[in-house]
Order: sequence, then structure tokens, then C-alpha cells
Amino acid sequence: MSTNDDKAKEKAVAETENHPGHSEDKKGKGSGGSILLFFLVGIIASLLVGWVVFPKLLYSQKKQPINFNHAFHVETVDEGCASCHFFREDGSFSGVPKLAQCTGCHEEAQGEDPEEIKFVTQYVEKGREVPWLVCSRQPNCVFFSHAAHVELAKMECVTCHGPIGESTHSKIYEENRITGVSRDIWGRNIAGIKRNSWDRMKMEDCAECHAEAAAKEVSELEGPMEGFFNNAVKIAFPKSLSGRKTSVQTQNEACFVCHK
Amino acid sequence: MKMDRRSFLSFVIGGAAGTTLSPLPWKLTDDLAIWSQNWPWTPVPEKGEVSYANTTCMLCPGGCGITVRKVGDRAVKIEGTKGHPVNNGGICILGLSGLQLLYGPTRVPSPLRRTGERGENRWQKVSWDEALAWVAEKLADLRGKRLSHTVACISGTDGGTVPRLMERFLTAFGSPNFIRTPSMRDSYEMTLHLMQGAQASIGFDIENADFIVSFGSGILEGWGSPVRMFRANSVWKENGVKVVQIEPRLSNTAAKSDKWLPIHPGTEGALALGLAHVILKESLYRKDFVGTHTSGFDRWSKEVVEEWTPEQVETVTGIDKSTIVDLAKSFANAKKPLAICGRGKGNTAGGIGEFMAVHSLNALMGNINRKGGVWAVPGSDHIHWPEVEMDAVASAGMQQTRIDGAGTDKFMHARHLLHRVPEMINAGDPSLVQALFVLDANPYYTLSDKALLKKAWAKIPFILSFSSFMDETAQNADLILPNHMYLERYEDVPYAEGFNKPFIGLAKPVVSPQFDTLHTGDAILRLAKALGDPVEKAFPWEDYEGCLDDTFGDQWEELQEIGYRVESDFEPGSRNTAFETASRKFEFIPEESKDAAKNVMVKAEGEEPAYPLVLIPYDSPRLASGFIGDPPFMIKTVPDTVLKENDLLVEVHPKTAQSLGISEGKPAVLKTPKGEARVRVHLFEGIMPGLVAMPTGLGHQAYDGYLAGKGINFNDLIGPVEDEVSGLDAAWGIRAKLSRV
Repeated sequence: MSTNDDKAKEKAVAETENHPGHSEDKKGKGSGGSILLFFLVGIIASLLVGWVVFPKLLYSQKKQPINFNHAFHVETVDEGCASCHFFREDGSFSGVPKLAQCTGCHEEAQGEDPEEIKFVTQYVEKGREVPWLVCSRQPNCVFFSHAAHVELAKMECVTCHGPIGESTHSKIYEENRITGVSRDIWGRNIAGIKRNSWDRMKMEDCAECHAEAAAKEVSELEGPMEGFFNNAVKIAFPKSLSGRKTSVQTQNEACFVCHK
Repeated sequence: MKMDRRSFLSFVIGGAAGTTLSPLPWKLTDDLAIWSQNWPWTPVPEKGEVSYANTTCMLCPGGCGITVRKVGDRAVKIEGTKGHPVNNGGICILGLSGLQLLYGPTRVPSPLRRTGERGENRWQKVSWDEALAWVAEKLADLRGKRLSHTVACISGTDGGTVPRLMERFLTAFGSPNFIRTPSMRDSYEMTLHLMQGAQASIGFDIENADFIVSFGSGILEGWGSPVRMFRANSVWKENGVKVVQIEPRLSNTAAKSDKWLPIHPGTEGALALGLAHVILKESLYRKDFVGTHTSGFDRWSKEVVEEWTPEQVETVTGIDKSTIVDLAKSFANAKKPLAICGRGKGNTAGGIGEFMAVHSLNALMGNINRKGGVWAVPGSDHIHWPEVEMDAVASAGMQQTRIDGAGTDKFMHARHLLHRVPEMINAGDPSLVQALFVLDANPYYTLSDKALLKKAWAKIPFILSFSSFMDETAQNADLILPNHMYLERYEDVPYAEGFNKPFIGLAKPVVSPQFDTLHTGDAILRLAKALGDPVEKAFPWEDYEGCLDDTFGDQWEELQEIGYRVESDFEPGSRNTAFETASRKFEFIPEESKDAAKNVMVKAEGEEPAYPLVLIPYDSPRLASGFIGDPPFMIKTVPDTVLKENDLLVEVHPKTAQSLGISEGKPAVLKTPKGEARVRVHLFEGIMPGLVAMPTGLGHQAYDGYLAGKGINFNDLIGPVEDEVSGLDAAWGIRAKLSRV
């Protein structure tokens, strides 16, 4: 088969050289199977690369500096998540606790846990902040107000963060090598499919929730053609979340409310 | 099976189809979009808790209170402190840019010892122990050779604990050569001393004055405490207070004044006496004050009436005699008129005759130590350290004449005469200064007559800079022992320039030191310790904070909490006790120095026709011209009529430019008896014909790439002109020649 093919090719080349523009299309006779095979090889290989190899290459794996037991801490404290992740007096959200908050209890080791001892000796005693790897951290260009969601819209932590409070150890932090943010933002599923509201946190995931609240305001939509973009924004970011516009501060709607 | 072209294409198409069906392109596009919006060089606000810390700005002698906004440990913004007695919430452009000095590339990161030639900027990092031991060794050697008096210190300030520790160190070590950098403070201190017998700072009750005559003072350029002056100017506008600005150039102050009187530069003192002439002639002065509280009035008034008639003054100053008469009358008829002087920002000393002439105007109106007038504000009295016990070496050293000649028979009333130092060093062999310390000053940039300075500099065997920044002086030193910068350290600020109440501000660390720096107060204490007794025992403190605690005693905690101490109900002494002259009166002609008032005008260096024009400097609030250079924010605000790329533009009147055949923006060579520079010309009708005006604060060689190499340093083109009586540097300009190239 290949011999025929070669000959045909040689012939074609010779003909092309002798009579440019008059090449005969006789080559590839009987090669349909091979073409299909290569097509299949190509498609399978690229699917493998795209679905299996690419995610492995895209994310690096890092260990948290201290293996943290959320479940144990939630049991011990009185006010649930807010015991450590609280709103400051000025309304800003404290996020991951600083060393100063931990030392309130962990000035000295409370028990025998090697992780706690490591925490006390390496960080508390030396006065060094723990370089936690934050899975929920959005890229720097994203602005997000916890106050608007937790205080005003009365959302639960679990809705976005999942049952992290029940975890007994820190999972491996997977960092996107290109963007530098955690894999949790795009979600574990490389196709971006989610089962729970907290599985991923891209713009469309924000939009999904905002759109539900917008359903009541469809009457304000403009004609489908001219108002396409405006409608999209309106659905995604409705005026009404408990009666307020998208931005609490400016009472306004604009891309720059979230995108800095 | 062999792959031919078709198979290959089919493989590629299959690959493309598969890739499209995989998340790879979509995910990659999304990631790249995020990546491209988060370049590492894009400034990102810190995350963390927002807090505010109050401290005192130390970038000029203004003494403003500042509030630093912090996110976590990072300082992110400087604002004026609301309710602060000096600046009440306001801030100037330099104060605002302070964070770029804190985090910018000009910081000296650790003790550095020179490895190349001086000025080559090649350094070796050394440890603090090593560096201090090296200095101590040099000092011990000098002391051993009985040359303790050849150690000198140039300091930007005095009166606070750090300069006082330095002065004390020199005393215990055996050197009288603590020298403060020149400013109008020198001339005003001497004026108060001679005419009122007071050892005091000048204070102006500007907010309560109702008619201001400014003899070239840059009220809106940074004179006195800049923010306070800006606010006062607003108050004046609201209350209809008239401001008359007298200077040869249409400065910001002149443009915002009610009346601008262009005057021949250097003749301001003559105008002051011309005004006095009219006031005396018309008998408009306050007889109650002049009659009871002054001495020498008859002789002085006779001289003024004879010598300074409006006609003569018109000839000298170029101001129309009717204008002089009108101005004198308006001034005298105001309820609380105030005359001020000190050119531009007041960064130069100036002639004593001129200051006394202006001060006499205030005395004629009786507004000394009263509401809306000029107040003698006693110096801060917070430092009561025990007397230094000097050993034989120290006493012998202290009895040596100061190298700048201040306090000698010739310059009896001068305290600091820095401009004389280079000449004295060049005159001696070996150099009269064997070791030079530089503290909060940048003399290598700010001193004039560069040829003389460079020669003297080369003769000093050891130069030590305490600068936090790589300024010109640090760059040309042998060793840099970097101080914490002002946002990282404690230090008392013993006065706010021109403020009319006794005031002490406290600088407090708002962030922890960013580099391997050491508080200069601690460096001095450690040096003293290394030298051992008798120097060591003059410093009974463990560290600088201990010294501050001890100095302020039970007020320390309160000062830390409030951040400043001000005597808000301070009233200047009643007139019977305020004057501590021999006569217990205000002396128009001081007994101590009868000739002081004579030199009302000082001639500029250089002669016609070689130098047909006169070069004068002008100050701008956008150009820091003291020991700090412009941070990047500030240099960005300098318009291209002042600095175009790296070229400096001098201002010339269109008529002058026409006669020289130079047009707008064209290059020219500016030559003075002291130097030569290539400049460009900006035509400006706001400058008197025959003059060339040049901005100060440019022409740095050190600092960072945002500042170095931009423009010309005015100090490179001028030299000191000594006031014969006071010894102060009275130069206000220099003759010059501008020619096209």
C-alpha cells in the first residue's frame, strides 16, 4: 500500500515539475482508512492532552505550611466561622486570621498535636506570619465585598466556601501556573461543571445567583438586538438584591464595581 | 504505516477537533486573560486591616502633623492631621510624597563603606559593629593627637534631641564645630537678638494680621510652615486682607496677591526704609509704642528721613515714588499691618540690614509681640541634661575658634556660618576639618561655589553621612551610617518655622524600619560608648528612646499620645519685659552692633559688561530644594516650561530675549562668575527685563533615575556674598551672561 502510494506521489511530483498546474489527482487511492486512522489518533491524543495532561501541567501542587483542622476549631469556639473570620469595625472583612489572632489562644501549645507545636515554635515564638495559601483568593483585579453579601444579603459562608468548616486537615493547594490563583476558583472539574454552589467561583457563578434575583425585573429589558449587552448586564447584575443596586457604595451598576 | 501529507493533515485536523472539544483552549484563553490583567508590576493595594498613625513630618522645618493611612503593615497614604495646631488637616505636595522616600529606590539599605573613589558610588556593605568601630578608631586617633576640634558636624536642624546629642558628643569629645545649615532662621534669630535682646525664634501671628507686605517671601511657595501659610492665605482672601508682594518675578504668591510690585532684586531693604521714610514724615507710626518701648529712634529716623526719600528709593528699586507713598500709607493705616521677609522659601540666610529694615517697619507700627504681629517665641526648653564634664582634651578643643568663625570678634552675633567653611578648609594645611559628620543635610548639593567646595571636600580625610537616602553628600562620603527615615523613627521636632507659639512635634515610627538602618541617636550613643570615658559618661542613657523618655520625663506619655505639645494660650511677654537688650527697649540701632543696619543692600557678584544680566533663583512648591530631593510624584508635576526632558528652562523677559536674539525654547549658555551651564530659554512677561530666573531644586546628581541628571543646580552657578557685619551669606543672585548657541 505504501509502495503504491509512494509511486503515486513521485509521479505527482514529477508531473507537477513538468506541467505545473496540471497535476493529476490520482494519489491517495485506497488511503481513506489511513486518513481516518490519523484523524482518530489526532482527536484522541488531543482530547487526552486537553482533558488529562493539560490540567496536570497547569496546576502545581503545594502543601499548606500548617495542617489545619477546621472541624476541631469550629467545635471549640463559640461564634462559628465569625470567631476567626470576622468583620472589622470599619466593615471590612478580616479574611484569613493574622498571627495576632491565633496567639490569643496559642501563645503556648495547647496540646500534643505536632502541627500545633510546629505552629508555635516556627511562627508564634518567632513572630512570623504564617504564609497560608488561600484557596478562595480571587485575582487582584477582582473586587468583592463580604459585607454586601454576608451582612446585607444574609448569605451563609457555606454557599460560596462550602463545608470547609467540617474539614479535619488542609488539602493540597493547587496553584494555576499562569494566573497564580487557586484551582478552586475555576473548580476541580476542568470542564467547569459544578454540582454545588461552592464548587467554582468564576464570574458566571456570581452571575448565576445574581440572575435569579433579576428574574423579577425582566420587564425592564430592552429590545433583543440593540440592548443585548445591557440586557446581559441587567440579568447578571440586577438592581434588586434586597432592593439595592449592584454597588452599595455608588448605588450604580458598572463593570468596575467588581472589575478593578 | 507511513505518514503522508494527507495523513498528516488529517492528524492535524483531528487534533484541532479534539482540542476544540477539550477544555484546553477555553481554559487557556481565560487564564491568559486573567494573567494579562495582573501584571506583576501593576500596583496592587495591600490587603489587611486599615489603621491610621499620627506623626510629625520632618521633610522641611514646617512641623506639620501627618496622619499615615496603613493597610496591615504597609503605609499607603499620608494626610494632614486634622485639628493639628500647625496645619490642621492640610498637607503639601512634598509631605504627600513621603511614602516614595520610604519605599523608593533612594534608600541606603545598610551601613556602606566606600570602595571606589569618592563620588564613584561604589560601596561595600559593612555591619553596624564594624562601621561604628571604624569611626570610633578614627575619632580616638584624632583625640589622641589633640585634634579633637578638627571634627565638625553639619546639621540641618538644631534644638531637637538628636542634633543636641550630636552637639553634646562634639563637646565631650572636644570640638566646637557643630554647624547648622543656613536659612532665614539665621537672620531672623540675629534680628531678634540684636533689636530685642531675645534668644528666640521668630513667630508671625499671620492669621490675625490685616495687611501683609511681603518682601519677596514665597507665601505660596513654601516660606515658613508651608501648609499654614496656604491656609492663612485663604483666610486672608475670605476676610479681605490685602497682600502686597514685592519681588522681581511674578511668582505664585505675586499672582495671588492684591498687588505685585516688581522690584530690582536685592533692593528690598531700601524699599522697606523708603516706606519707613514716608511713615516717619507723615507721622503715621504708633507713638505709644515707639515713644515708650524703643531706643535709638531719633537717630535712626533722622537717618532714614535724610537718606531714603521716595525719590532716592525710586532710583534704587525701580518702584514709582507715588506707589511707595501709597503703599506706606496703606500699610500704616491698617490696624494690624505685618511686614515679612526672607526670599522664596527662606532657604538662604540673607543680609541682616534688610531683615532689620523690615523688622523696623513692624516696630514703627508697634506690632511687636502683639496680636497680628511679630512674636519672639522662646526656644523649646525641654532639654535639661546635666552639664558635660570635660576633660583637658575636651576643654582645649572647645576653646579653639570655630572653623566657620561664628562667635568670634568679627562675627560676634552669628551662630552658624556654614558658607565660610569650604574657604577655611582650603586655607589650612592640613585641613582644619579632619572628620566631617553630616546629619539631615545635603551640603554637597546645597552649598554654593562648587569649585571651592569640591576642593575643600577633597581635603577632608574622613566624611561620614547619616543620611537615610543616597543624596549627593552621601554619595561623596566615605561611610554612610543610614538613619531610620522619619516615618520609621522617634524624634522631637522642636519648632515649626514661623509658628507663633512654643511648639514641639514628635515624629513616631509608623512602620518598622524597612532596611538595616540605625537611629542616629543610637549611633551617637554607641559611638560614645566605643570611645569610653570621658565621652561615654556624658551619655547616661541606654538608648535613644531611654534618652527621650528621660528628657520629657512625665510628659513623655502624653506627648506620645497626642503627638505634639503646644502652648495654645501663649502670649508673648508684655513689652516691659519682652526686650532684653541693655536698654530694655526695642533698639532701632542696636547697641551691640551699631553697623548692623547699615548694609541694607548687598551687591551681586560679577561686573558689567562681562555679565550684563542678573541671575536670580526662584522657589517652587513643586521642587524640594532643601536637603531632600523631589520624589517621583513631585517631579512629575513640574511643567515643561521649567523642565523639558532633562533641560532646564530659564525665564527671560521677551524684550531681553529679543535683544539677545534668543527665542522661546531655544538653547543658550548661561555664564556667571562661578560657573556655566547649558539651558533653554522660556520667554515670560512676568519677569523684569534684564533678569534671568532659574528654578531651585533641580540638577541633582544623586537620588534616583527620576531626579538625577534633570536640569541644573542653581548652587553650581552662584557663590556666597558675605554680609560684612553679620557674616551671613547675603547672596540673592549673581550677575550673568546669556548667549545663544
